[in-house]
Amino acid sequence: MDADLIEDTRDKIKLDGAAIIAAIKQSGVEFILSVPDIVTSGGLLRRIARDASLRLIRVCKEDECVGIASGLSYCDKRALSLIQHTGFLDSINAIRGVAVEYAQPICMMIGLLAHDPYTSPRNSPRYGVRIVEPILDAMGIAHHLINEDGDIAKIAPAIEGAYARSQPVALLIGRRPS
Amino acid sequence: MMKRDECFRVLARHVGDATVVSTYSSAFEWLDLGERALNYFSVGAMGLDSSHALGLALGRPDRRIVCLQGDGSLLMNLGSLVTIAAAAPKNLVHFVVQNGTYEANGSHPLPSTAIDFAAMARSAGYAQVHDFSDLGNFTQQAAHVLNQSGPVFATLRVERSRELTYDYPKIYDPARRKALKEALRG
Repeated sequence: MDADLIEDTRDKIKLDGAAIIAAIKQSGVEFILSVPDIVTSGGLLRRIARDASLRLIRVCKEDECVGIASGLSYCDKRALSLIQHTGFLDSINAIRGVAVEYAQPICMMIGLLAHDPYTSPRNSPRYGVRIVEPILDAMGIAHHLINEDGDIAKIAPAIEGAYARSQPVALLIGRRPS
Repeated sequence: MMKRDECFRVLARHVGDATVVSTYSSAFEWLDLGERALNYFSVGAMGLDSSHALGLALGRPDRRIVCLQGDGSLLMNLGSLVTIAAAAPKNLVHFVVQNGTYEANGSHPLPSTAIDFAAMARSAGYAQVHDFSDLGNFTQQAAHVLNQSGPVFATLRVERSRELTYDYPKIYDPARRKALKEALRG
């Protein structure tokens, strides 16, 4: 069995992947731009790949998502970048230039690799996770933690708001969606 | 060897209402040929030209999208060749303007100048691939290249035309972004 499909039986809190995808669709997103991420691979990316109502563009490197989403936004098409936090870190200059300085509605759903969902990302024992929210704060990018089913309601308004204000937003996925 | 401005003058005769994505030296030289609302300069980070062009091509499959990307820029985003070929937009024409230097940053050479970008694009899976080093040949083929079913890739092997003035505030004026969006809605 692929690693992303092995269920974490220790985690008693669930995050419903199907409900996340429904929220993404509710927000008017037509394009998913993605480099695979082990946190979201099983619960989100595999479902999206089978979903004919979303167009999945597989990219080679996460900063490509920023350019593609910007081009789409000029055509009034909505996109969501589904990436891992390592890819977010690798894409900082693209996000700085396009999303922040040119005020483009770049929407990112970021899997927090190796994060312990019972801690807050800011207090994660993992350095790479711990720095994500402070970097977003420093860049002035709105962000929301999607850690349990009750957080899924934040997704559609966050994406709607990003497009309404032409500003970026980051949705941090704290545990593997089911 | 061709001059970049000579190649762009040839292109300008044929682009019509295509959206043209360009950055750095190519952008300034393209802008010198005339203002167009359908010019897209706000790439934001070196290398992303081809990715912006892919987004436009996917978002408006009814419109022609032309990307004028420098060779240093494409080297920073080589994976985009594979992404574009896989997404396979028929309306995208992707030029790499190969002068072997980081011209906007002091004209230092690329790590290597003996790069066959056309071969890379061909192996990535572009539908049509060209490699031009003769202006007469390019002049003869330009209209055909711009109208082929894509994704189309073409290398333009050029040398610097002249000293450029890099007026970044002018090229990144937010009014251009607004005008482009309105033109694409029209």
